[in-house]
Amino acid sequence: MSDIPSDIKYASTHEWARLEEDGTVAVGISDHAQSALGDVVYVELPEIGVIVSAGEEAGVVESVKAASDIYAPIRGEVCAINETLEGAPETVNEDPYGDGWFFRVKPDDEADLDDLLDAEQYTQVCEDEEH
Amino acid sequence: MAAKTPLYEAHVRAGAKMVDFAGWLMPVNYGSQIEEHLAVRQHVGMFDVSHMTIIDVYGPDAEVFLQRVVANNVGILVPNQALYGAVLNAHGGVLDDLIVYRTSTGYRCVVNASTREKMLDWFQDQAMPRLQIEHRDEAMIAVQGPEARVRFAELTGIAAVLDLKPFFAVHHDGWMIGRTGYTGEDGVEVMLPSDQAPGLWASLTDAGVAPAGLGARDTLRLEAGLNLYGQDMDETTSPLISNMGWTVAWAPEQRAFIGRQALEAQRDAVPEQLTGLILKDKGVLRHGQSVHTDQGPGMITSGSYAPSLGMSIGLARVPRGASADCMVDIRGQEKKGLLVRPPFVRHGRSRIADEALR
Repeated sequence: MSDIPSDIKYASTHEWARLEEDGTVAVGISDHAQSALGDVVYVELPEIGVIVSAGEEAGVVESVKAASDIYAPIRGEVCAINETLEGAPETVNEDPYGDGWFFRVKPDDEADLDDLLDAEQYTQVCEDEEH
Repeated sequence: MAAKTPLYEAHVRAGAKMVDFAGWLMPVNYGSQIEEHLAVRQHVGMFDVSHMTIIDVYGPDAEVFLQRVVANNVGILVPNQALYGAVLNAHGGVLDDLIVYRTSTGYRCVVNASTREKMLDWFQDQAMPRLQIEHRDEAMIAVQGPEARVRFAELTGIAAVLDLKPFFAVHHDGWMIGRTGYTGEDGVEVMLPSDQAPGLWASLTDAGVAPAGLGARDTLRLEAGLNLYGQDMDETTSPLISNMGWTVAWAPEQRAFIGRQALEAQRDAVPEQLTGLILKDKGVLRHGQSVHTDQGPGMITSGSYAPSLGMSIGLARVPRGASADCMVDIRGQEKKGLLVRPPFVRHGRSRIADEALR
């Protein structure tokens, strides 16, 4: 069973979103997603300054097996990207909720986070996929 | 309902991620595909390849039959020797690739899992009066890596494996052990009765031989520059444009193998070639991406990340005579590529010149 922390929000497309102390929202992919993808070897991140909408393509994660799109879980301006992933993409597998984050957005409206799934709802999404 | 090999339970117990591959439930990895890949390159690993199709061919007409059906010349084989070759249709398209072993009673062909029905039908269509074609329901385990033969010999006590030459096989108590593989490393492939496979697998596991899944098998064969049927070649491509020209035996001239006439017509003007490609920019090559060369367009037929090299590599079908520098279209972005002669890695070492990697 994969790790699904209860203090963050999720998209049904397997991204997570966490409100940080500075008001930005960190985005990454879930433990379930990294495990399904297998060894991550390349991550294409959005450029700083672009505006992303919820559900919009914001990057690509490539494992040995396949390429998968990353969708922005919330609308806002990309204000930081995780540069460690360029040299060490395996960080996504090793620490998907920590050092393996992808990018941060300055949300247009923090309340948009409420539209995302909580841990219980996301657990259901993962279970439905497995059966 | 997908079929299960005799090792299915062992894979599930080992925590493998199972996928449907050509109608078989097979392990894609047991955790990290990269670690499995590197274990085979550096030490030893093992694969369940029981989904492959084993077809025994014997009887007085067996040699004549295979001389007609296989584009390579099985007439040169001595007992226990094997060769790699292609089965072609009348247009010279590749129906399948296979390994043919000469045995004491005839020949053993190992063809792909994905082509099982097609190949059994094709063999039957070409059948001759004094010929038996028998599909063998056996298990097959590939033990691969620089330490593979020593470890296998120690564990099983079959010392003959240590003296085995490449592409030769030895028989032992109902097992057939060939010094063959699909990884670019040394090793053996063992064909054995299905009920004995779990026992051998378990003792190999106890001896520290790491199980490796289809994922690692794919990146290992790609680094070794070996084709995958259905991806790098198929019924629409001739062996001459699939880096398989060396498997077509033109001599003796009177040998009329199926597809020969069609290949003869192409022989002097082969328009394309299948070659290696390394990606110099960041990204990952995948099947179907388009390639732009100075001689015109081409296509990536296999692409992935090469764990031994730490970069993306692929096989590409491109116009003959294309210069090394090329571009690959990855999701609408032009990325720099370089055509190189495969293999990329063999016996644990990179075969790509350092200058090419800069």
